[in-house]
Amino acid sequence: MAKLESTMKNMVLSLTLIALVASGLLGAVYALTKEPIETTNRNDKEKAIKDVLPDKSAIVGSPKEISMEGYADPFVIYPATLNGQLIGATVETYDNNGYGGKIKIMVGLKLDGSISDYHILETSETPGLGAKAEDWFRDKGNIRDKNPETTKFSPTKDGGDIDAITASTITSRAFLTAVQKAYEAFKEYQNTNK
Amino acid sequence: MKGMKIVLNGLIKENPTFCLLLGMCPTLATTTSAINGMGMGLCTMFVLMCSNMAVSAIKNLVPDKVRIPAFVVVIATFVTILQLVLQAYVPALNKSLGIFIPLIVVNCIILGRAEAFASKHNVFDSLLDGIGIGLGFTLALTLLGSVREMLGAGSIFGWKFISADSDGILLFILPPGAFIALGYLIAIVNRLRAKYEKK
Repeated sequence: MAKLESTMKNMVLSLTLIALVASGLLGAVYALTKEPIETTNRNDKEKAIKDVLPDKSAIVGSPKEISMEGYADPFVIYPATLNGQLIGATVETYDNNGYGGKIKIMVGLKLDGSISDYHILETSETPGLGAKAEDWFRDKGNIRDKNPETTKFSPTKDGGDIDAITASTITSRAFLTAVQKAYEAFKEYQNTNK
Repeated sequence: MKGMKIVLNGLIKENPTFCLLLGMCPTLATTTSAINGMGMGLCTMFVLMCSNMAVSAIKNLVPDKVRIPAFVVVIATFVTILQLVLQAYVPALNKSLGIFIPLIVVNCIILGRAEAFASKHNVFDSLLDGIGIGLGFTLALTLLGSVREMLGAGSIFGWKFISADSDGILLFILPPGAFIALGYLIAIVNRLRAKYEKK
């Protein structure tokens, strides 16, 4: 078949045809992958909420949003109950002052407000430095089982009680602020739901 | 054999990273570890194979003056398909490659091969060219990723060979390390090539 001439009619026809076929293909693939994508995203979040709770068999209740002064987006609290009793909560918390911007964390709290575990949802920290946060605060700068009421959640450099990640004070500061905020949000939740 | 020659051409003679120096942005940015480099390489290879075949199949239907927009639409379609599939079935890889998946659209290797090869050859040869160039790119990225991971983190494909507490030379995980490692790799490859061609 000879190549089509570059006339106006041919160009319009050819581009329209290609765009139509492309959009048809994309529509089909989108329809096919929509379910799996939603399931993966939902499972990820549900798993993160459950994983950080003090007791994995707890039932996660409906989320509640709590706004804080100076923070644009609300903090989301997922209360966890066992046999009808509140045993703690998972708080979706964040801080915007990380080295790479926003850090979003799931923090699990026990009833008294001490930290049971955490999981970083979103981060753009430097690989090899700030990105170590996912393990660091379980290991060298352990925050688990510590209560923000008695422990000061800021790097030792700033007069706090937690060891900062080596060479990543800014990340540590942002991370610890986010955890502190999670604690405050949870306290507020407990106060309003007494 | 002709088919073999096309594949080898992409792998060695016109290796996109070491010889043509095309697609530097994903090369430098995603090769922080061997597995990331390989993932990026394979993604690019998939798009390259599909777009090469599609472009070759429609080459006579596309008037010369509008060939670039037509090719870009074809490439963008395959990249979007790839991204949706990754999101659905390999979310971990999608997360670690992040913005560089959609950016495959503007990877100049892909448009370059569509323009230089696929629009002049038949569908089968274009597929082979896609495989060759794609493998060349994957190989180069995996190699660069391995070198950076070994020097920077003391591990290879996630397996740590220095003690768990110690770090490697951090610089190699960071962007400047990518340039340094790539520079040395190109030097070594060129040296080997010169030796081989002399014989």
